[in-house]
Amino acid sequence: MSASGGSAAGITPIKDRTAIVGIGQTELAKRIDRASEAQLAAEAVVAAVSDAGIAPSEVDGLALFDMETTDEVSLAKIVGLGDLTFFSQVGYGGGAGCGTVAHAAIAVATGLAEVVVAYRSRKRGSGRRPWTNTGSGTLAVPGQWTRPFGLLRPVDEIAMLTRRYCHEFGATREHLANVALAVRAHANRNPNAVMYEKPMSRDDYFAARMISEPLCLFDNCLETDGALAVVVVSAERAKDCPHPPAYIHAASQGLPRLHHTMVSYWADEPLGGPARTAAKALFRHADFGPQDLDVAQIYDAFTPLVLLSLEGYGIVGEGEAGPFTDDGNIELGGTLPVNTSGGGLSEAYVHGFNLITEGVKQMRGTSTSQVEGAETCLVTSGEGVPTSALLLRR
Amino acid sequence: MSNRGLDGDGFLIPQVDDESVPFWEGTARGELLVQRCDSCATLRFPPRPMCHVCQSTQRGWAPMAGTGTIWSFVVPHPPLLEAYAALAPYNVILVELDEDPILRLVGNLVASPDGSIGEVDPATIGIGERVRAVFPEGPGGYHLPSWLRID
Repeated sequence: MSASGGSAAGITPIKDRTAIVGIGQTELAKRIDRASEAQLAAEAVVAAVSDAGIAPSEVDGLALFDMETTDEVSLAKIVGLGDLTFFSQVGYGGGAGCGTVAHAAIAVATGLAEVVVAYRSRKRGSGRRPWTNTGSGTLAVPGQWTRPFGLLRPVDEIAMLTRRYCHEFGATREHLANVALAVRAHANRNPNAVMYEKPMSRDDYFAARMISEPLCLFDNCLETDGALAVVVVSAERAKDCPHPPAYIHAASQGLPRLHHTMVSYWADEPLGGPARTAAKALFRHADFGPQDLDVAQIYDAFTPLVLLSLEGYGIVGEGEAGPFTDDGNIELGGTLPVNTSGGGLSEAYVHGFNLITEGVKQMRGTSTSQVEGAETCLVTSGEGVPTSALLLRR
Repeated sequence: MSNRGLDGDGFLIPQVDDESVPFWEGTARGELLVQRCDSCATLRFPPRPMCHVCQSTQRGWAPMAGTGTIWSFVVPHPPLLEAYAALAPYNVILVELDEDPILRLVGNLVASPDGSIGEVDPATIGIGERVRAVFPEGPGGYHLPSWLRID
């Protein structure tokens, strides 16, 4: 028996065997006119490999969202990557981000490739909203059961779960405001954040127009143009890279039983979402638990997703996330600072990829809202859809 | 911008798939049908080709009483598709059917059997309210289940 660390015989977890050694991005803005999604993707990838001290020609693997408009063939050719021996696409929109890094880590840890880049490029800010596409493709299962009734947008779908969550557990709009305000305050410290120079008060939050009751404007993420990328290599190679490695301590994906993307109303427990499933596998081989995290980057397309994820990943118990956001617990200086770059709500919404780069910055000690001495960081992707998560370690 | 999938008034038409045809045929007759496994009698929604409990592909449809409880609801405000924006703020409710709590149907609470989705004051709607199904003709000639309060 060679098993160790609580692992089954013959199973070697990816624990700390790979690391993120490069991060790169373009500017993040409501509208970027100067470049296409393809160019933005290429710029972010070049920035990331440069940050890692690695030549583009050394990249031999790519991991991306299946929604990415710049596919492996295009990206590799545009940038001038080497021969690729690994390429993988992850589905389900905002659920995919950490999954791309997970696939990259698996590929590197198993020798399928040596330098894998994961990326996301999107012109969501200046482009049209996906929900305005009424073409038949968007109305296939399960759309026929929801959209003709006027449940049109992601915010409507999540608002349905939010109201039930508040009803069952006593959470209130004050708790949702806590999330929006904490994340905004972090953005106000981050010059790269879209909302850097726009402070928000509790009065501002409650004065905002409703979008889908009980959710108001500030419960919704930004709409952003921009691209980001990360570089994953082996822990051994990471020692030769210029920046301190952010070790990938654990990674997982989560697709719970009887799930429906965004409208999981026909599951046994609609509020027991993908986070709970991803958490099981994430902490299975980890050396630390959800109570030991120093900082967290939690997917925040909508404020209630932060509450659901705090519970789903076991940071607090069921129904406890609302009160947990009181007293500054999720702000810098609190028990568990959340979304220290400003997240999707106030830095940029690029399908959550900026949460990953911010996690790396926290492990490097270079965040604009640095948690002093942070050694562990949870990064999550979208709740409400088949999702994924990472545990990063310094 | 594409307006495929919309009826002449700008409302979305249900895009029926192979499995769901009997459901919509049922609503046209004023019946609320849910798929049922012929082998183990497990009800399932949305309809799909295999029973998730016993893996049988033998399946039929069972009539529901058409009564249930509001599990949650939302009140959308613009920006919305134009036809829906004209009715906003309207309600969308999720109804848990009496037969099995896993059967939750999205619908609209209306005040009369062929009423508008915007005619009930959203401030009066509550989780736990008892409702019954009605089947007004809607987009594309499909009869969408709508819900009336049970007095």
